[in-house]
Amino acid sequence: MAATPWEGELVNDVKRQFGAQILEASSYLDQNFFVVAPEAVISLLEFLRLEADFDYLVDLTAAHYPDRENQFDLFYILYSFARNERIRVKTSIAETATPSTAVGVHLTADWLEREVFDMFGIRFDGHPNMTRLLLPEDWQGYPLRKQKTLIDMDNRWVQENLGIESGQ
Amino acid sequence: MPEPTFLDSTELVLNMGPQHPSTHGVLRVILKLDGEKVIGTECVIGYLHRGVEKIAENRTYTMFAPYVDRMDYIAAISNGLGYCLAVEKLLKVEAPPRAQVVRVILTELNRIASHLFWLGTHALDIGAITPLFYTLREREEILKIFEDYCGARLTTHAFRIGGLQYEVHDGLERQVKDFCDYIVPKIDEYEELLTNNRIWVERLKGVGILTADECKQFGVTGPVLRAAGVQWDLRKAQPYSGYEKYDFDVPIAHGADTYDRYVVRMLEMRQCVRILRQAVEGIPEGPILAKVGKVIKPAAGEAYVSIEAPKGELGYFIVSDGSTQPYRLRVRPPSLINLQALDRMVRGGLVADVVAIIGTLDIVLGEVDR
Repeated sequence: MAATPWEGELVNDVKRQFGAQILEASSYLDQNFFVVAPEAVISLLEFLRLEADFDYLVDLTAAHYPDRENQFDLFYILYSFARNERIRVKTSIAETATPSTAVGVHLTADWLEREVFDMFGIRFDGHPNMTRLLLPEDWQGYPLRKQKTLIDMDNRWVQENLGIESGQ
Repeated sequence: MPEPTFLDSTELVLNMGPQHPSTHGVLRVILKLDGEKVIGTECVIGYLHRGVEKIAENRTYTMFAPYVDRMDYIAAISNGLGYCLAVEKLLKVEAPPRAQVVRVILTELNRIASHLFWLGTHALDIGAITPLFYTLREREEILKIFEDYCGARLTTHAFRIGGLQYEVHDGLERQVKDFCDYIVPKIDEYEELLTNNRIWVERLKGVGILTADECKQFGVTGPVLRAAGVQWDLRKAQPYSGYEKYDFDVPIAHGADTYDRYVVRMLEMRQCVRILRQAVEGIPEGPILAKVGKVIKPAAGEAYVSIEAPKGELGYFIVSDGSTQPYRLRVRPPSLINLQALDRMVRGGLVADVVAIIGTLDIVLGEVDR
């Protein structure tokens, strides 16, 4: 990704507050984003909400990179009504990591984190109801991880729950 | 001997759905009631989950385009527009002017169709059966235009990455102008039936209040946010597809209740007509497709692009690894995120109002579950 550095007052404020925890502040296709250390995410979201008016968590999602040491990227997309500006916060976490929940900062995060758990198996620490959102409760596995096949996952559920031996 | 306990005889758990006509699809709501008062809810969703985001990872960018129509099938064209804009952003191309204007025309027609369908079903939920027949009759005229343009009525796949799927058919301008003349008196007619109707007003006023602050906390967008007095519409705030060229207003209301959301949507339909009239006057000549190449292969990188769909902010977040298939594609569906506020809106209200509030959120379960 040919990202260019992102500069401005907001970046300076954030860097002053968080220092080395901000790993990168870049811009790609005119879209600005921070790459931060995982432990700083929640306090950064809080800072952005209270000090910079980023009061709307647009989306929260993840991506899986099985060959990396830190297998997951987490993305928080934020918008500020007052500034009419959209930014992203990105962080990388290990497969076993349990990042803190953002529900305390943005209520939207409740279902969004449940969906990330449902699809990727990332458990959010402190979430009030860390259960699957879309898939059945007894579903095995996490479909949006980069596995070779989904069909086993599907077959197993059909065999166990619907009693159809072929699984289809 | 243990202390004697009293069973809580006032609390009742009631299951609503998934096969309930007022839940607009397969939504299950578990209601906790105290008499007729709702003291808590839990939404159970996922009955329509098809794994759209996973499908995207196994398709090329072009192959995936028709799938997005199946999310919010009431407003399939908006879905297609958002997806095409997101991929175009990654490719750093822009649709040619002719394509942009036709995109606006079809998207606005679709917005009216979506609002008409919402109005009909919402009124039906509340007990007014008549509007449904009228609104579907008018929606039919829009579907006919879609059919003439691309052959499909519902899941249209009207756009293509870089522009339009087809050159417009002869007489599109005439059809759209005729439709604009036709729909305005019809909207007046609905308003005559409903706006000052005592039953309608009593049933909706003060029901399901969600203030502007709560909207922002829950990420609720679209007419629900605008009915809470926030003049925010992505077509104005961050214009795309040439929306900055059109003269239109963003209607708002201040009651933040179900009635005001009705008012806002009615006003929005009138604004759609305004945009349509301007757009159809000046469809520029020229190509309908930008130079994108046969194989869509964006450079590695991430982009988030969102549009103002009839239901709120519809966003696509795509992570490209430089191949012909998206590495990760995330849809930010307005219906799912708006539905999350249901609990806050129904709490403390009456069980009969739950139906009105589900209706006023204007959700499509195909998009909630994806």
